[in-house]
Parts: sequence; structure tokens; C-alpha cells
Amino acid sequence: MKGLPPVLITAFVLVAGFALCAVQFPNIASTRVVGNLLTDNAFLGIVATGMTFVIISGGIDLSVGSVIGFTTVFVALAIERWGMPPLVAFAAILALSAGFGAAMGAIIHVFDLPPFIVTLAGMFLARGASFLLSTESVPITAPVYSTVSDFALRMPGGGRLTAVAIIMLVIVIGGALLLQLTRFGTNVYALGGSRQTASLMGVAVGKMTIKIYMLSGLLAGIAGIVFSFYTSAGYSLSAVGVELDSIAAVVIGGTLLTGGQGSVIGTFLGVLIQGMIQTYINFDGTLSSWWTKIATGVLLFAFIVLQQGLVALARRPAAKRAGAAT
Amino acid sequence: MENGLDPAPPLLEVRGISKSFGAVRALQEVDFTLRAGEIHALLGENGAGKSTLIKVVTGVFPRDAGIVRLGGEEVAPRSAKAALGAGIATVYQEVNLLPNLSVAQNLFLDRQPMRFGIVREGEMRRRAKTLLADFGLEIDVAAPLGNYSVAIQHVTAIARAVDLSARVLILDEPTASLDRHEVEILFGIMRQLAKRGIGIVFVSHFLDQVYEISDRITVLRNGRLVGERETASLSRLELIRMMLGRELAETTSARASQGEHRAREVCASFENYGKAGYVAPFNLELRHGEVVALAGLLGSGRTETARLVFGAERADRGQARVEGAPVRLQSPRDGVRHGFGYCPEERKTDGIVAELSVRENIVLALQAKRGLHRPLSRREQDEIAKRYVKMLDIRPPDPERPVGLLSGGNQQKVLLARWLATSPRLLVLDEPTRGIDVGAHAEIIRLIRELCDDGLALLVISSELDEIVTYSDRVVVLRDRAHVEELTGEAIDVGNILAAIAADSVTVALEAHT
Repeated sequence: MKGLPPVLITAFVLVAGFALCAVQFPNIASTRVVGNLLTDNAFLGIVATGMTFVIISGGIDLSVGSVIGFTTVFVALAIERWGMPPLVAFAAILALSAGFGAAMGAIIHVFDLPPFIVTLAGMFLARGASFLLSTESVPITAPVYSTVSDFALRMPGGGRLTAVAIIMLVIVIGGALLLQLTRFGTNVYALGGSRQTASLMGVAVGKMTIKIYMLSGLLAGIAGIVFSFYTSAGYSLSAVGVELDSIAAVVIGGTLLTGGQGSVIGTFLGVLIQGMIQTYINFDGTLSSWWTKIATGVLLFAFIVLQQGLVALARRPAAKRAGAAT
Repeated sequence: MENGLDPAPPLLEVRGISKSFGAVRALQEVDFTLRAGEIHALLGENGAGKSTLIKVVTGVFPRDAGIVRLGGEEVAPRSAKAALGAGIATVYQEVNLLPNLSVAQNLFLDRQPMRFGIVREGEMRRRAKTLLADFGLEIDVAAPLGNYSVAIQHVTAIARAVDLSARVLILDEPTASLDRHEVEILFGIMRQLAKRGIGIVFVSHFLDQVYEISDRITVLRNGRLVGERETASLSRLELIRMMLGRELAETTSARASQGEHRAREVCASFENYGKAGYVAPFNLELRHGEVVALAGLLGSGRTETARLVFGAERADRGQARVEGAPVRLQSPRDGVRHGFGYCPEERKTDGIVAELSVRENIVLALQAKRGLHRPLSRREQDEIAKRYVKMLDIRPPDPERPVGLLSGGNQQKVLLARWLATSPRLLVLDEPTRGIDVGAHAEIIRLIRELCDDGLALLVISSELDEIVTYSDRVVVLRDRAHVEELTGEAIDVGNILAAIAADSVTVALEAHT
């Protein structure tokens, strides 16, 4: 379907990279490592799924990292200080983060502002608000946290598929189905093709914009909860720069940064590639973890150049046809 | 079609529509009537008001006055979407569909067959196939629309519009980017739809196609209705008269009398010059001190000729010479290097830089010619700007004023000054008098003649025939992207030009002059 060739390239990079890693460190090819990789990157996978919708629709959401940070602080304080039952705290933060996303979408649509600027403002706002709540790390000791952390499905070979990894997989699969099989999903592609044309063809562009950013905000909230499970704490400086990691995952996954083409599965593969590089560096032991960033940067470059090439190829016959108009 | 006997109201009635943009009256009390099952051509030159009329009827622009009735009931759509809902669909030249979605998704966007919140992809494809089969199209509807030719995209857009139960279908220049075979397919579909009772408005500047397909013709000129005729009883000459006409005072060339002292030196010549699919090969000689005008309808190849001459488009055959020496014109830079200047038609988008001052606009081309490493000093710039502001009487005479604040006529003068500052040997002017007021009009024409008396060679494109007649030494007439006739001296009058534009028959590229 749409955007298949870039996804295949992403898959190839993942498989080839994994094979190379396995040759050097045979231990990497175990369910244990794969399980850890999924757990470590669960929050990234969730937030990148939301980012995929935003980018395919022709937008960008820079606020997600800050929303994750805010969520961890809010959840920690709500449970530990304000005495909220965890589930109530979760519901409250999800409503809050979805509302936050919806508000940004509404501003983008109503005032016809570039998403970059609006979500940049959202990024500062959410980060600032989390500092307002607490500047220190707040540990979470609620029993539900240890229950969730301990829960895991045993995989053959001794690997553990943890609860957060399962949540991530469910969201990725759900996101992929939502994008490919529903009217909402098609409209996301339509918006990315051309907002104006989509509007002329009857798509309610305003409502769609609000829904897309609401979805991204909601998933950022879920990612924040998952992150708090992962660290058992709320900290206002957590997940700094995650918005950029997730954009990188989306682009490496073959989604066109200009919108209109892409897939959730590709994004998932992009997340796995970033996780794989991190894992390799951990195994090596001598490399600085910043090499992850360098490798991600190189991959990003490669994929952007590749996409430009593909776009140019796709345009060529059209340009020939257009011929000479007055 | 028995007029008057039919008691049913016409399908679409437009009465007394007016629309102004600021001080410009784009439409003045225009009427338009479309009957069910007819193909109605809407014709007029650039700026006649065709697109404005369409956009007002379909609610893209609000109207100042007038009413629109659809099937006898008054409608006032506020947006293209609302018009579509009422049953008026428009398919523009640039297909308004989404190339990144599949053909089927494009046909059924936002109204896909659903089950349990999930799009029934198979059912949707089946319906898309059936729908397109009606239009004689058998394609893979799951492939992205962008993979297909413009013709297929057009048909898809029409199929979508018709399937949305359109009663009025407006096709704006649908054939401009289609080849002959694709046009045939489109015409077949149009006839079939008309038979079903759909009223079709066909906007085109290809007169052959208009005669082939339309039942009736409405002509607009300068925002006014010129008339509505049945195609069968309207001769080509009459039609072109309606489109270009004015009062058609049979003026003859004011310059023809001076045409005696002929032996002017050739400035630039083009032999068998042309580009496949752009302009048929032509011969053209441009002499110092001579105005050559290019006349023809919109799309006849006037602008294309000018772009080839300037080097903005590359010729694929023929030889260009400047002062007798063979040259290659590969880019506008080459044109500038050989002393050519080009004032394009769209002066707002291709010409002036509205935010920059008069001075900066004037020195732009000269600076570009000199290269960035030899900057013009501020004093030189001031001097040049002052000289041309005075010479061309640019008003207000303030070289530091942003050009965007000047009137159209003065903007045109700034553009002229820009090229004159480079001391060109040949200047190409594309519609130099479009969109400027009457006073400035006369001034520009006076300037054209003065420049020419100073020994400049001029190539001018204009739709205003009586204007051409007053300043041209020679007139090259174009039709269907080929040079078909060249008029000189006494032969230059509005009647002869019209006759040459209208002449039926196979296009024969005539040899340019003797």
C-alpha cells in the first residue's frame, strides 16, 4: 500500500543491522534482548505513533516530549501528594493531555498558524508547567506500580514481554489499523496531500486537525504514564528531546516529512532501529552512548536524501506530461 | 432546442451579476443561461471575467449584486463545497484531487462505504470500477491517482462530480494539458453526460474544440456580457470579433506611412526557430527602430514565441543570430548578455519586487548583468534611478518609494526602466498595457514609439488590436502555436488581423516576410 518501498528499505536496514550486531555479539539475538529493547523504547513507540499521524497530515508536534515530562510529574504528585487513586490520576492526565493537543490543533486551524510555532509554544508551556508543579524528582511508591512493573509474559528463550511493551504493541497495531482502515485515516492522508483540496472535496479540515493533534496529545499522555511505570518516578526534566527522537523514528520509517505518505509500521521499525543502535552501544561497552545520536543522524540524512530521490522519480512522468501551458 | 416553447425554467440562470475587487470592476451585470443537456462554451480573453464568473457562481467569491437560480430556485452558495451540495460541480485545469490517495479513495473520499467503522475497501474498489467503466476507463483503482495521466485524473474528477449528483458541471480549461486522443475521450464523456440532462459549461481558448463540442457560446469581454449565440450560426470571424472587438474603428497603422525608409539594420534574426510541442518553427527578423507585434488569441503561442526569443525557454531547432553573428540562447542570462530585455505579462509575480524601492527595482537587471563582484555604488544607483524617473515620468517621482505602492502604469514604467538601464538592443514587452488605466495606457504607447525611434528593436505582445495597429511596423499573427501570417505597412489594420486569426484551414507556417 501507500509508502511501501521506503518501509521495505527501513525493514531491510533493521534486519541487516540486527544481523551485523548478531555476528559481532551473538547474545544480541535473544528474546531477552529483544524484550528489553521493546520495554526500553515503549514510550517512544507510543509517542511516535501519534507523531506519525501528525506528520502524515502535513503537520508537526514539538510538544510531545514536554507533555511526557508533565505527565510523569502530574501522575507522581497526584498519587503521592494529592492522594488520588492511580486510575483517577491516569484518567485526569489523559483528559488533560488530549485537551492540550486539541487546543493546539484548534489554534493551528482557527488562526491558520504554522504547527511548528504553535507546538513549539506548547512545548515550552508544558515543560514550564511541569517545573511549576515540582522541580525535584518525585518517587512513586503506589502498589499498582510494582504490580505493573513485575508483570510480564514469558517468551521462549527467557525473554520478558513487559506490560509497557504490550501497551506499546497494542497502540502501534491499533494506530496502524486506524490509519489504514478507517475514514479518519484516509482523511489524515488527504490533509497531507493538500489541505485546500481536501477541504474542497468535503473533508472537515478543522475537525480533522483538532482530532489529529488531540490523538497526538493523548498518546503523549499515555507515553508519559508508561514512562512513569518505567522509572517509577515523576521528574520535570524527563523525556527532554523525545519529540525529536520520535520525529526521527517517523522519518526513518519512511514517512514523508511534507505529509501525504507514510505508515505506523514504518515508524515502529524506525523506533526499533534506534533501539537497536542503543543496544549495540551498550553491548560494546567502550562507546559513548552519544554515538546513538550520531548514528541516528546519519540514518536520518540517508533517509531524507532517499525520499527526495523517490519524490523526484515519482514527479518525473508528471512533469513531462504537464507540457507547455500559456 | 425550441427556444421559448419550453415552459420549464433553464437549469442555471445567472442574472445581473456584478463583482468588484477594490476599484477594479471584474464583472458588470453579467447574465448567463445554461439549459439542461447542453454544452455551453464560455469564452473571452484573459481578464474578460470568465474565472470570476465561475467563482462567483460557485460561491468561492461573494458577489456584489445579482442572483443565481438553479432549476428555478434561487441559490447562494457560500463555498465551493456548498455549491457542490447544491449540484454545481467545477473541475479546474489543475485537477483538484489528491494524487497521494488511490483512485478509489479519491472518488469516495469522506463517503466511503463503511461497516463497523471500517472502510469496506473491496466494496469501494468495486463501485469505483463500475463508476469509471461508465466513462470508458478500465484502470487499477487501488493505485495512487498521481500515477495516472492528467487526462485520467480529469475523468476521475468528472466522475466524482457526476457521482455527487451534479446537475451543472463546469469544466475550466479541461483540455489545456491533454493530447488529441485524450481530448476525444473527454468529449465523448461530455456528450454522454449532456445526453443524461446535465448542463455543461465549457471554458476553453481552443476555438476548434469549442466549435466541435458546444451547442451555444457566451462571450465576455472586460467583465461585460458581449452576447450569447448558437454555435452553428456563429461564424469564426464573428466570434473573434466578439472576443477581441472593442468598437472596431478601422484604424490603420500610423507608422505605415513611415514604413518607406526600409533598409533598417537587422538586430536579431531567428531562422526555422522552434521547440517541439511549444511553438512550431518560425522565421523572425527584428530590426533596429522597428516595432514587431505578435497578435493572436490567448494560447496561440505569443508568449511562447517571446520566451524563446529571450532565451527563457530553450529552442530545439533553428538558428538565432544577433547582429548577424550566430548565438545560442539557452537561458535568460544568455538573452541578457546579448542585450535583450523581457517585461513579462504577470508583472506582479514575474516582474517587480513590490517591497523594494523604485531605485532598487530599476538597477536590478543592470546589477545582475554586471555581476555581483562589481557592485553599483549608491551614487551611480541614485543617478540612474533619477534619470529614468524623469525620462519615463514615473509618479510620484520618489526613487525610494516601494514599488508596490505605485499604480499599475507606473509599475510598468519601472519595469521598462529596469531594462532600459541595461541599454538593450532588443526589448520584448508582453502585454505592456494590461491592467493600467487609460491615461497611462497612452503614455506607454508613446514611450514604445519613442524608444523605437531611438533605434531600439521592440517585440510587443498585445491583445488590444487597435493598439497594435497604432504602433507596429509589422504584425505577426499566430494561431495554434504557429506563426501563420505577417502583415506589413498598409496591410496592418484590425480587419486583416482578425481575418488572419480567424482563418480556418490547416495551419501553415508561412515564411516570415521576404
